[in-house]
Amino acid sequence: MATAVITPERENYLNQEYGIKSWLLTVDHKRIALLYLVSITFFFFIGGFFALLIRLELLTPAGDLVQADTYNKLFTMHGQVMIFFFLIPSIPAVLGNFLVPLMIGAKDLAFPRLNLLSWYLYIIAGALMLHCICTGGVDTGWTFYTPFSTAFSNTKVVEAGVAIFIAGFSSILTGLNFVVTIHRMRAPGMTWDRLPLFIWAHYATSVIQLLGTPVLAITLLLVVFERVFHLGIFDPTRGGDPLLFQHLFWFYSHPAVYIMILPAMAVESEVIACFTRKRIFGYKFVAMSSIAIAVFGFLVWAHHMFVAGISLYSALIFSALSYLVAVPSAIKVFNWTATMYKGSITFTTPMLYAFGFIGLFTMGGLTGLFLAALGIDVHVTDTYFVIAHFHYIMVGGAVMGYLGGLHFWWPKISGRMYPEWLGKFAALIVFLGFNLTFFPQFILGYMGMPRRYWQYPPEFQVLNVLSTAGSTILAVGYVLPMVYFLWSMRYGKPATENPWNAAGLEWKTSSPPPTFNFDQPPVVDFEAYDYEHIPEVEEVPVG
Amino acid sequence: MSEHVLSSKMYYGIWIALMILTVVTARVAFIDLGPFNTVVALVIATGKALLVVLFFMHVKYASEKLVKMVIVASIFWLLLLLLLSLADYGTRYARHG
Repeated sequence: MATAVITPERENYLNQEYGIKSWLLTVDHKRIALLYLVSITFFFFIGGFFALLIRLELLTPAGDLVQADTYNKLFTMHGQVMIFFFLIPSIPAVLGNFLVPLMIGAKDLAFPRLNLLSWYLYIIAGALMLHCICTGGVDTGWTFYTPFSTAFSNTKVVEAGVAIFIAGFSSILTGLNFVVTIHRMRAPGMTWDRLPLFIWAHYATSVIQLLGTPVLAITLLLVVFERVFHLGIFDPTRGGDPLLFQHLFWFYSHPAVYIMILPAMAVESEVIACFTRKRIFGYKFVAMSSIAIAVFGFLVWAHHMFVAGISLYSALIFSALSYLVAVPSAIKVFNWTATMYKGSITFTTPMLYAFGFIGLFTMGGLTGLFLAALGIDVHVTDTYFVIAHFHYIMVGGAVMGYLGGLHFWWPKISGRMYPEWLGKFAALIVFLGFNLTFFPQFILGYMGMPRRYWQYPPEFQVLNVLSTAGSTILAVGYVLPMVYFLWSMRYGKPATENPWNAAGLEWKTSSPPPTFNFDQPPVVDFEAYDYEHIPEVEEVPVG
Repeated sequence: MSEHVLSSKMYYGIWIALMILTVVTARVAFIDLGPFNTVVALVIATGKALLVVLFFMHVKYASEKLVKMVIVASIFWLLLLLLLSLADYGTRYARHG
């Protein structure tokens, strides 16, 4: 039923308890999701601030706003903050935390206290990172490449390494919690082939977090030990190998891209099914493609090292394997498009983000194939082509997915509707600003502009000015949702339990849900995306 | 959940075994065994890891499929890391062309 009675005074997870203690000591997955939401938004704006400084410096060819040393720190900390403190926790720790138990009909995650611990670890790591930033920062690039990080850089490498080491454990605990919850806590009737694709993608993400993150942790620890105790693991004069660092680092950090993009794909499957009023085309293929991405993602890491001096034979193997990842990714994109075919499409804000995601992810993915090709990679390695490529995946893909998901589930999270016209306006600004920022970078990179330099030849200026202009537009597009989400918490129209008339257990409980999610333990006797059996309403109510 | 409680004697026993193996690793490091230097160190390390996983982490007594799946997946992933890295190290200095 889509026409539930609005009961704003009803007891729910937000009004059950008040006071700072009730938040800092909560074990409710929904409150922890909100704690994460606030913390990652904070880090998003810190990382964004660094990005704007980078773009301002690159407005002119000369190094005038900042000098080389500062510039090195800016792009390093932009990368580290955005990747480890925003993108990796973004969808899993906020939307995943909130929705995984709701979608499978559970009261909470399997280990609620561990969930809170994971947030505290994140906060400790974040505080350490902030301290590192405020006391001089780090300049190794987000990748900590040796021997620069171990022997030459005189910035705060150890502190940044330890911060990311701790953040990694927060990520592992989230993954562990999801795996156990999905295996153990499904409601009666919620079989594996009835799971929403959101759950399948989060399961795949959790597998990567569990199996990949420990490798990053030990690698960073080795960098710290080598720097402090001069161990010689990566130092060739002591029998070590600097490339070993890159192997270990990318064994995690390439799959980490899938920690960012799989949850965004998770969001898209839900949004597209809802706003085309159809079951996702080829449900099983889309579910399995998430698992395939998680597995194949671990077989491709050395495509980051083609020009670093690895053997030609292994480069050939890694190049061929890299093409493999395109198959499950393409399955998803084709199946979403097939779902839309002859669907009853509504252009709501989440759906606009979904369209944006499909377009931008496809461009990011296809340029990834250019980079997997050995010959082209040699030409564009360490140029702006690479920068544009991974921003199309991480910002065009993951951030679009995150924003789309936040809009889609905002009524459930806050119990209020956001202003729909403003949402659509912001989505368009984000799309335009994004493309203006990053498309010119493809051309710049192809023309040979290298990454990580604070100045450049004057012939590159026009495209750089376009990119900087785009970044300010993008910034407006990101600030707007924050403003109207905050506004809506007080002034937004109260949301019904299912404002989008969507399928899924999370829409069968009140908005916002009660502390233990469901008044009656749900029993599932329907398939996922059962849209043909959901009665149509006149129109989707919007705020 | 199948709870299998080990006696504290057992835990201390395993701990002492781990300590002894650590001393053995350190001692052996001072003896030149030629190509077997690494092999011996790795064999001892693997034995220690097995003790920790089987007893401290209760895997020996775990009957749940999920636990077994995690162990198998972890070992498989470790093999991926080793094998694909060796694809580079094994052929890096090979002549080509």
